[in-house]
Amino acid sequence: MSWFSLRRLSALLRKEVIQMRRDRITFAMMIGVPLMQLILFGFAINNDPKDLPAALVAPTQDRYSRAIVTALELTGYYRFDHITSSAAEAEALIERGAVSFVVTIPSDFDRRVDRGDNPQILIEADATDPAVASGAISTLGQVASEALLHESGQDVMAEDAARGQLEVVVHRRYNPEGITQYNIVPGLLGVILQMTMVMMTSMALTREVERGTMENLLAMPATGLEIMLGKILPYLGVGAVQVALVLGAAKALFGVPFVGSLWLLLVGVFIFVLSLVLLGYTISTVARTQMQAMQLTFFFFLPSLLLSGFMFPYRGMPGWAQVLGEFFPLTHFLRMIRAVMLKGADLTNVSAPMAALVVFVLAYALLALTRFRRTLD
Amino acid sequence: MSAEPAIRVEGLVKRFGGRAVVDHVSMSVNRGQITGFLGPNGSGKTTMIRVMCGLLTADEGSGEVLGYRLGRDTRRIKREIGYMTQRFSLYEDLTIRENLAFVAGLYALRPVQRVVDEVLEGLGLTSRQHQLAGTLSGGWKQRLALASCVMHKPQLLLLDEPTAGVDPKARRDFWEEIHHLAAGGMTVLVSTHYMDEAERCHFVNYISYGRLVASGTVEEVIAHAGLTTFLLEGPMDKVTAAERMLRGMTGVDETAPFGTSLHVVGRDAEALKAAVQHAAAETGTRMSATETSLEDAFIRFMNQSTDNMS
Repeated sequence: MSWFSLRRLSALLRKEVIQMRRDRITFAMMIGVPLMQLILFGFAINNDPKDLPAALVAPTQDRYSRAIVTALELTGYYRFDHITSSAAEAEALIERGAVSFVVTIPSDFDRRVDRGDNPQILIEADATDPAVASGAISTLGQVASEALLHESGQDVMAEDAARGQLEVVVHRRYNPEGITQYNIVPGLLGVILQMTMVMMTSMALTREVERGTMENLLAMPATGLEIMLGKILPYLGVGAVQVALVLGAAKALFGVPFVGSLWLLLVGVFIFVLSLVLLGYTISTVARTQMQAMQLTFFFFLPSLLLSGFMFPYRGMPGWAQVLGEFFPLTHFLRMIRAVMLKGADLTNVSAPMAALVVFVLAYALLALTRFRRTLD
Repeated sequence: MSAEPAIRVEGLVKRFGGRAVVDHVSMSVNRGQITGFLGPNGSGKTTMIRVMCGLLTADEGSGEVLGYRLGRDTRRIKREIGYMTQRFSLYEDLTIRENLAFVAGLYALRPVQRVVDEVLEGLGLTSRQHQLAGTLSGGWKQRLALASCVMHKPQLLLLDEPTAGVDPKARRDFWEEIHHLAAGGMTVLVSTHYMDEAERCHFVNYISYGRLVASGTVEEVIAHAGLTTFLLEGPMDKVTAAERMLRGMTGVDETAPFGTSLHVVGRDAEALKAAVQHAAAETGTRMSATETSLEDAFIRFMNQSTDNMS
């Protein structure tokens, strides 16, 4: 017997290729994952987000205000979706996360400009995600001054002298020091929960099928709903422990501020975890083996990480990617937890992400129950 | 005992990927009897049993199990029957006690602790109740599985090759238990391909390639085959020579060596006798008439249906 035989090797290779082809899901993953990563990384991710929604609070619509707004919009960073004269309305918009910036131009702005009396504008940025605000803020002072100078007819050559004229006051709200952990740690709670909850429950039924215990289970008088609840409820307990651990660590180790209501947060986390275990259970009604369940979990996990706004700014993604991002519970969870923990949002301000999470719970439960096979057919 | 059979199915068809695994089978199982369900591997026994306990839906045909309609009253059927799967399907990572308590809970038996205690007592496993089920030997696993599916005292017990891979002593004990249950009024349908087990049944159904080939008591089935059997005995080389000679001779349908003897089976008694006499004289082996066994009958049925297939 020789130490190497091409025939033996080719027999082994042939067997591996046949098995690889038989396992459709694995095969699809091998093609799908690289393609997905390429598209997502290549097109969707942008660390210098532009075209960010902003609100303008301008009691008077004078020519200087318009010039500044136009100039800000021309930078490509700002998109003034809301123009209001009410500071309270703008406050609600930024707290809800509907806008990333609020630009306030005081009512005596034009008179001060004309008098050369140190005109001020206030820009409040939602700095929960420091990356979102930084680019937009850095271009701010210069652009606004130039616009003002141009509009007031002064010589551009006199720019340097006039630079001091306009004072742009920047407030980085919710995370004034721009500490990345404040943004990442609450998000990590979502990511950790998603990883463990979905993966654990995705094995729930496949394990029974693989071990041959499914046949016995189905032959006994347990209904689909009972089996589903029996499988997912224990993981709610596991999730509760994880939540306590991560929130405790967020406070103790990272000093993440917690300004909102703990109860509101816990309700949100509960709905999120429920949606995750139901999703996992749905996967387990589809996957035939535990290996496939793992792969499907991963297939779901990767884009949700990239598109939810956890790793990269959500607003930096193109429209289609944002739409895609809406289909992941994590996206809505991140909005909810950041709003509650860092901004102190109340229920009315987080009702949209909460409602989205409830929709996921119902949709996954329905899907799992209809997918569940009461027979071995 | 009610006259109504425990199981009655008519024209049952089950296809997998277009191939009929169960092909228009009609049969019934009488109450309080042990009915054997026989047939070679892949003949459709497991599929039939799964259809009857609601784990598979039939493509055609209808049936009643304990008076409940198949495919409609599945939930009620599940509550009234006990089904022991071919493969050990209790949880290997639970203890014996935990497994029994789980099953008792699913059937809403109360009080769970006492019910489990009684079952453990009956099994003689009280001292090992905290052992993981996965660490039991094959024979014990099978006894535990049986105990778990009769805990709720079902009227009908379906057993799918329950004694595969179990030693003869454990098999004998197992059958004693089944007879004990039947004596208590339970109806039992048991699939097997061991002939000695078939002979322990009150009634047998023989299925081959998805079709019901024979049914009746063991004696009836053997008689139905209409076979005559002779025995040839002698030294091994002579018996082997006789077999070679007999194969293909008119009147000889099957030959089957059993150690130093040879069973020769045929439908045409006269032609068979002539052939065997000739072979015995030629090879110097001793010839005698013997009773046709159930196995001879089944081998005949099997080959018959293979012939029909081709």
